[in-house]
Amino acid sequence: MEQFEIRKLVDLNFLGHDISFTNSSLMMIVALLLISGFMIYAMNSRSLVPTRIQSLAEIVYEYVAGMVKENLGEEGMKYFPWVFSIFMFILVLNVIGLIPGNFTVTSHIIVTFALAAMVWLTATFIGFWKHGFGYLKLFVPSGVPFWLMPVIVPIELISYFIRPVSHSVRLFANMMAGHTMLKVFAGFAVMLPWWGKVAPAGFMVAFTGLELLVAFLQALIFTVLTCIYVNDAVNMHH
Amino acid sequence: MFAGTSLLLTAAAQAAEIAAESGAAPHQSGGLPQLNSHYFSPQLFWLAITFVTLLFVMSKIALPRVGEVLEERRDRIKRDLDAASRLKAETDKALADYEKALADARSNASGIAKETREKLAAETDTERHRVDDQIAAKLREADKRIAATKSKATSAIGEIATDTARAVVEKLIGQSVTPDDVKKVLRPVAGE
Repeated sequence: MEQFEIRKLVDLNFLGHDISFTNSSLMMIVALLLISGFMIYAMNSRSLVPTRIQSLAEIVYEYVAGMVKENLGEEGMKYFPWVFSIFMFILVLNVIGLIPGNFTVTSHIIVTFALAAMVWLTATFIGFWKHGFGYLKLFVPSGVPFWLMPVIVPIELISYFIRPVSHSVRLFANMMAGHTMLKVFAGFAVMLPWWGKVAPAGFMVAFTGLELLVAFLQALIFTVLTCIYVNDAVNMHH
Repeated sequence: MFAGTSLLLTAAAQAAEIAAESGAAPHQSGGLPQLNSHYFSPQLFWLAITFVTLLFVMSKIALPRVGEVLEERRDRIKRDLDAASRLKAETDKALADYEKALADARSNASGIAKETREKLAAETDTERHRVDDQIAAKLREADKRIAATKSKATSAIGEIATDTARAVVEKLIGQSVTPDDVKKVLRPVAGE
């Protein structure tokens, strides 16, 4: 599993904490520069009739803004920059990770878990901030018969606390499984004699296309779930 | 939001650090690299740095610019649409005005025509009456003149007859008679 290996590029230490600059850090920086560079460069002309790259940036903006509005309503637009950053960060990390030789940051559970925990803590914080202890009503769905409560409430509680886990594992597992699969078939292609290389190589081409879709889809799913969790906290619709 | 997010991520990093120190030894070989907790803290540290920077750049620089352009375009389109609908309303009003003016002019014209016709008819009527009256007066005058001429003629006949009678008598008897005598003789005849 050499492709998932973290390699230190620069050994750094801060007050006894290991903050070494690794290949993972490098990819994060690359993603940061790509996204910022793209969004800023694309809007440089700020023309009323957009250039090609500008309309691309606008499409991404409106796509995520539409997602936020659909889930959180117009007033949820104050969370838009945050949701947009999550979406673009995961999307770009997923996609550049597909380039052979590149490291995929999102294939590490600690990264996806940190992001999911950030979403979960933010949502929970918003919930208590907006509704006080009334936020606990989220675990007591309305319209459920009284005698079902002892069953429903623990289920709701568990499903709430399992959110960051499912949220992070979904992304991590998809990324890891896809890359492992590619690695396995690449291994076949290397091991087989020349006449046998065609099948796994062809499969890899097709599978890389599929992985591109998965890279986008998982970023989308992560973002949509973020919107849904925050919506639960903001509007308490269940 | 940045402060909150970075706080969250650094807290997670510290928790991971503690887990790493208490747990596995560094450079563990074998197993999934993802589960090597030795590399949790650098990943979390750089994740926090890059994500917070990204969030800052997006929310303060990149996204407002996109939003501005989109807003401006939406405003522009709305303004143009408003202007178009205003112009259309104006056109409709102008058209309605024009049609109203046309209808007015038409009814005016027919009014004027009717009035003129009536006036002309009335004028013709009075003129005819006047002419009729004149003709009647002239007729009456003519009748009077005829009657006068007639009576004058009648009386003239008597004189002519007297003169003729005198002349005849003179020729016959060779002596002149006075008109009175002739009249005396003739009156009974002429008077009848």
